[in-house]
Amino acid sequence: MLSRSGVPTKKQIESVKPSKERLAKGAVAIVECFQEIPCDPCHTACNSGCILPFADINDLPQMDFDKCNGCGVCISACPGLAIFVVDESYSEEEALVMIPWEFTPVPEEGAVVRGLNREGEAVAPATVKKVRSSPQKNGAYIISLVVPKELAFEVRSIG
Amino acid sequence: MRIKEHPLLEFKKGNKVNFQFDGQTLQGFEGEPIAAALHAAGVRVLSRSKIHQRPRGFWCAIGNCASCNMRVNGVPNVRTCTEPLREGMVVETQQGKGELNV
Amino acid sequence: MYRAEVLVIGSGPAGLMAALQAADRGAKVALVERDAHLGGQLLKQTHMFFGSKEHYAAERGFKIAENLDAAVKDHPGIEVFEDTTALGYYEDGVVPLERGKKILPAAYDALIMATGAQENTLLFPNCDLPGIYGAGAVQTLMNVHGVVPGNRVAMVGAGNIGVIVSYQLLQAGVAVPAIIEAMPDIGAYHVHASKVRRMGVPIYTSHTVVSAFGSEQLEKIVFAEIDEKMNPLPGSEQELDVDVLCLAVGLAPLTEILFQAGCQMAYVPELGGHVPLRSDTFETSVPGIFVAGDAGAIEEASAAMVEGKIAGMAAAAGLGYGKEQYEKDLANAREELAKLRNGPAGAITRRGLEKLPHPGEVSG
Repeated sequence: MLSRSGVPTKKQIESVKPSKERLAKGAVAIVECFQEIPCDPCHTACNSGCILPFADINDLPQMDFDKCNGCGVCISACPGLAIFVVDESYSEEEALVMIPWEFTPVPEEGAVVRGLNREGEAVAPATVKKVRSSPQKNGAYIISLVVPKELAFEVRSIG
Repeated sequence: MRIKEHPLLEFKKGNKVNFQFDGQTLQGFEGEPIAAALHAAGVRVLSRSKIHQRPRGFWCAIGNCASCNMRVNGVPNVRTCTEPLREGMVVETQQGKGELNV
Repeated sequence: MYRAEVLVIGSGPAGLMAALQAADRGAKVALVERDAHLGGQLLKQTHMFFGSKEHYAAERGFKIAENLDAAVKDHPGIEVFEDTTALGYYEDGVVPLERGKKILPAAYDALIMATGAQENTLLFPNCDLPGIYGAGAVQTLMNVHGVVPGNRVAMVGAGNIGVIVSYQLLQAGVAVPAIIEAMPDIGAYHVHASKVRRMGVPIYTSHTVVSAFGSEQLEKIVFAEIDEKMNPLPGSEQELDVDVLCLAVGLAPLTEILFQAGCQMAYVPELGGHVPLRSDTFETSVPGIFVAGDAGAIEEASAAMVEGKIAGMAAAAGLGYGKEQYEKDLANAREELAKLRNGPAGAITRRGLEKLPHPGEVSG
């Protein structure tokens, strides 16, 4: 249970996934935010209105998956670092996963690192496809990782 | 141990200075808290309790609790967690409650 | 004798906002801070803040401190006193300020206490060993002075502070082999917990530290699972080699001056302990003395900022400044505060505030 373990359940993750069809089309933001806390900067971060306006600051974010193109600007705007981008159209066998990164060392593009799941367990090697500074210039990085497609909703960190 | 590389923070330090700790010469940066300089030099025992001589280190690091009290330049009960380090300071482990020799 | 119209003690989020509000409305403000720098707890925060745009959401704490520091120092209506400690409260209301080795008595028309809070501690055998530190202390050492507290840190407390500091320790290159939490649930925002879980930090809920060990410094702890009565379950003990034990076990408001001034106080555990009774505009039972932020009730930064705003505008209005705008601005600010507090995350604070009578509703 999230409140005991700090790890979202499978059911919670399913609840923020777009349809299979949408996932197959290309990159899309996955907002793994499951607790009502007073927080709404994700909505203002998106330039295209993909994260819908909040009626109440404690509401959970609502996505317009069709508008979203997975640009990732929201990844480094979320104070909880709870947003990821998944692109299942990357190749037959692989998906691209974008994660926020606020640690040193920052990995090099092309490096193969350990892909960690939400419990910090190494689940697969991940290739660092791209490393960019956050668009907000706040010191965070956004790392694009190539992972086995079946682990697109598992890999959320590196180690 | 000092942080050499931090993902988000830069640490602006003053000049390197020498100071005395219980007879040893140590180095730190001017203006940082004495307790931080000691910590960076591996010193975490700052005083001993009065009756049982138990080792004591700092606790709150913000000047509230007196756990970090040491004798500095002959003055007892200096809160080393907030007192800035200066060149040539003489810092001593405080034994018990500290006495002012006037 | 130094004279200000509004004397603000404490320059954390509440004090900074109070000073700016009061000065924006025309009052002559003095802002007193015992530390060398303004910002209070903001200075040590590397994470992006929550809340909304008005609360600087998605800005890192230390950046918010920088911006507010600049705003305050640029303001012609605010005189800033750093390295200056408010020592107490004399019978005639004068607050002695200590700076260097000199005492400056300060008189004022309105006083805003924004002194924040201090850390609680936990008792267990050898809890006084060097290496056992408050979480705020570890943050200060690490994020302000750039010194790591040790190599392997066990964290007690999975509230926001415990989990945030654990993450900050990882950022400083320090290992965190365990977060130990007595309650069955994690108290922190779940996203903070998720951030450290995916870096491999385990969180043990329903566990507590049984004992610490070490000859001159901390070397090892034993922690165990506990039952609903907080008793350790025999056979569940685990040993952990650590050189730092970080205690993030709650905060208590810093209220000495409020007590000295004779403000009516009440003990409300949900708010952190002894807190002053206050009106809807944060005025205590002593007319002209206001409280804002953690000094009045333990909550968090966004709420502290809004409370500071309200106290600042109310103090100024009491002196005749900004009266035309006051009602509207006050209503907006109170709505902002309510919005921040009305979700499930604000439940404990709301419960505590309901228990707290207004000044004058209790006798004596």
